[in-house]
Amino acid sequence: MIIDLPSTTTSQVNSKLVELRERGGAVALGRVLTLVIVADDGAGLEHAIEAANAASREHPSRIIVAARGSRTAAARIDGQIRIGGDAGASEVIVLRLYGPLAGQGKSAVIPLLLPDAPIVTWWPGAGPAVPADDPLGAIAQRRITDSAAARNPVRTVRARAKNYVPGDTDLAWTRLTNWRAQLVAALDVPPFEPVTGATVTGEADSPSTELLAGWLAAYLRVPVKRVTTTTAEGIVAVSLQRPSGDIELHRPDGKVGTLTQPGQPARRIALQRRSVSEALIEELRRLDPDEVYERALRGLSLLRTKSKVISA
Amino acid sequence: MARSWQNPLRDERDKRLPRIAGPASLVIFGVTGDLARKKLMPAIYDLANRGLLPPGFALIGFARRDWADQDFGEIVHDAVAEHARTPFRESVWQRLAEGIRFVPGSFDDNEAFQRLAKTVTELDDERGTGGNHAFYLSVPPGAFPVVTQQLAKAGLTGGDGWRRVVVEKPFGHDLKSACELNAIVNSVFAEESVFRIDHYLGKETVQNILALRFANQLFEPIWNANYVDHVQITMAEDIGLGGRAGYYDGIGAARDVIQNHLLQLLAFTAMEEPLSFEPSQLRAEKVKVLRATSPVEPFDETTARGQYGGGWQGGAKVPGLLQEEGFAPDSTTETYAAVTLAVQNRRWAGVPFYLRSGKRLGRRVTEVAVVFKRAPHLPFDSTATEELGQNALVIRVQPDEGVTMRFGSKVPGTTMEVRDVTMDFGYGHAFTESSPEAYERLILDVLLGEPSLFPGNDEVELSWQILDPVLEHWAAKGAPETYPPGSWGPPSADAVLARTGRSWRRP
Ligand SMILES: NC(=O)c1ccc[n+]([C@@H]2O[C@H](COP(=O)([O-])OP(=O)(O)OC[C@H]3O[C@@H](n4cnc5c(N)ncnc54)[C@H](OP(=O)(O)O)[C@@H]3O)[C@@H](O)[C@H]2O)c1
Repeated sequence: MIIDLPSTTTSQVNSKLVELRERGGAVALGRVLTLVIVADDGAGLEHAIEAANAASREHPSRIIVAARGSRTAAARIDGQIRIGGDAGASEVIVLRLYGPLAGQGKSAVIPLLLPDAPIVTWWPGAGPAVPADDPLGAIAQRRITDSAAARNPVRTVRARAKNYVPGDTDLAWTRLTNWRAQLVAALDVPPFEPVTGATVTGEADSPSTELLAGWLAAYLRVPVKRVTTTTAEGIVAVSLQRPSGDIELHRPDGKVGTLTQPGQPARRIALQRRSVSEALIEELRRLDPDEVYERALRGLSLLRTKSKVISA
Repeated sequence: MARSWQNPLRDERDKRLPRIAGPASLVIFGVTGDLARKKLMPAIYDLANRGLLPPGFALIGFARRDWADQDFGEIVHDAVAEHARTPFRESVWQRLAEGIRFVPGSFDDNEAFQRLAKTVTELDDERGTGGNHAFYLSVPPGAFPVVTQQLAKAGLTGGDGWRRVVVEKPFGHDLKSACELNAIVNSVFAEESVFRIDHYLGKETVQNILALRFANQLFEPIWNANYVDHVQITMAEDIGLGGRAGYYDGIGAARDVIQNHLLQLLAFTAMEEPLSFEPSQLRAEKVKVLRATSPVEPFDETTARGQYGGGWQGGAKVPGLLQEEGFAPDSTTETYAAVTLAVQNRRWAGVPFYLRSGKRLGRRVTEVAVVFKRAPHLPFDSTATEELGQNALVIRVQPDEGVTMRFGSKVPGTTMEVRDVTMDFGYGHAFTESSPEAYERLILDVLLGEPSLFPGNDEVELSWQILDPVLEHWAAKGAPETYPPGSWGPPSADAVLARTGRSWRRP
């Protein structure tokens, strides 16, 4: 069910929510958190809401969308409440903010937050430079940005390192969990030898590739080379140098990776790129500061600059 | 793993990293069976799809069929297409399919087991499974001795890497047979390599009992005989036993469900706080509480046993048990069982635990209901609290996993009238792809060698020790009482609680 509330106020939205609850018992599930989505009103907005709805099946939540409309319009809030089939396991409140209100997202969102429940703020598009300083970031325990959606992803992820505040996280980091898991597991089996160096290859503007390299640099404390390529999208290859031979994980097509290790048959691993909703589900699983992400960000400063460019 | 080796990429704070099993293969006996098709093979695909299986994972089927690897691959494919919970992805399937092998043969065929041994060794080379192999016995328990002996004879139970065996219920049909079965399995596989599947323990809600009890301050202070009146543990199914005669006739509801699932639920509900969540600590507490548990006599009054008759259920005409195909027309197998247990320790002295299970009941539901005592004093007019029942905390295991609390609340209006209301919590939706199915969790734990969620042989034996006296009593009693399909069991079940002024919850 979708209920439109044109030219409304947050207290009207609130009383509508209470009314829906009393009339239809529409709110059947306990909500574990409030997810605030901050974005410009436009084409991408529905995708973000869809992803959040999908994630709500694992994390029942109230989703509040603060959509910034035209700043030159007259001050107005257009509200919309979605419940039931139109909202996954969540209730979605869309607030389209126009004119001077577009910059006042916080005042519109605060009255609608669930009592006591943790708040997560997510910017599906280019987020603020310092998420923790953003008014809607400051109220959240956890702030999710997506460097890949920024105009200059690599510069953005490096700026995140400078401005990191515990509670920050970035979907570019979430997207590489499967890569990290495979690499960690590869070092769990013999031969147990120290890694002496590493190379990470990926698209020039892939923030995930940067973070993967940063993570390796921070944890292995060895020189990590970052190689750029145009042969495939995103992360393409990682190699860890060891005395008896390299461990290599290579994904040329964005789907299937091949893991090669000395003395072992080559193994193929399904390593498809993850959808936004999958990444979001992982993000919402934990709300405490991600120290490993922080270390990976610090590792960015240890990277050797691009040594060579491989092109198709 | 070498003692001194510290994986530099591991950080215990890195909670994002999934636990990926190390290189290994899984050999399934009984791949043509129901369980393998509906649960095991789909669960393996789902694990692969979630990226939790090791690269190079291999799946070997063993059955008396004249199949090649590809034929078996197709069987797996169809099972996955029909029953997997996560979407089908060609790339994931292709990776899994590369590691699928089939070994034809029957259990008495020595040569077949030699072929199996050879296949396993080849996989170590081709797929790098490193000598790590788990054997899943998805076959009738009568076949356990021959299969385990054959595995030993073919040299499959030792070598480099680890060897584990997975067995399915029933773990015997009484204490004596369970001890024999344990002895047979343990003669070939050491106890720490034996994984007994109780799929209830793979369910989120069951694990959540521990979180609810031991992570909160709210419940533990009242989780004892001072506040708890009694506990009801229910597992009800609305379906009958059509087509399952071979498995069920002569077994019955108590052996099928109470001995394993319900006693495990009891153990989780009643145990003391473990020192830690180390598998051995958890087991120690479960064993302790099971050891303190015994059935309450006289059994004629404290237990009930029923068999569903024919009739109308939910708009369909259904046969009674005795008319179901494959059951003896004079079968005395019970399809409903209820028992009263006492946990003899300070925490639970005087608190009865009522366990019931049945087929063709009102609806499909599994739950643990902790029913509290009434408030010692009610400062209201007696008319104000006439409709007030007892407070209850209900852990809903399936379907609709979650927790319900029941307590009294004022009815809106000018008079003071208090009535029961419920408060519900459901964590997500159990049937979406995002939450792993119990079998996924358990198969992964087998591959990881993580034994917390598997009952040990001492737990199995203690459970039979609790149930055996009741079973013996029933054996001398002839036919169980008939109950209509779609009801909540025979009248004698109500009498079990009524004798102390209590009644069953309608779940
Ligand atoms: N189905 C369930 O939901 C469920 C639940 C709990 C526990 N279990 C337990 O899980 C196990 C399997 O259950 P199921 O329902 O899959 O049973 P099932 O459908 O009867 O299948 C039994 C399997 O064992 C094979 N088998 C039996 N005797 C054999 C022999 N002599 N040589 C070679 N293969 C033999 C059968 O192969 P053929 O096709 O060649 O006969 C079949 O694949 C049993 O221990 C059962 O008690 C099942």
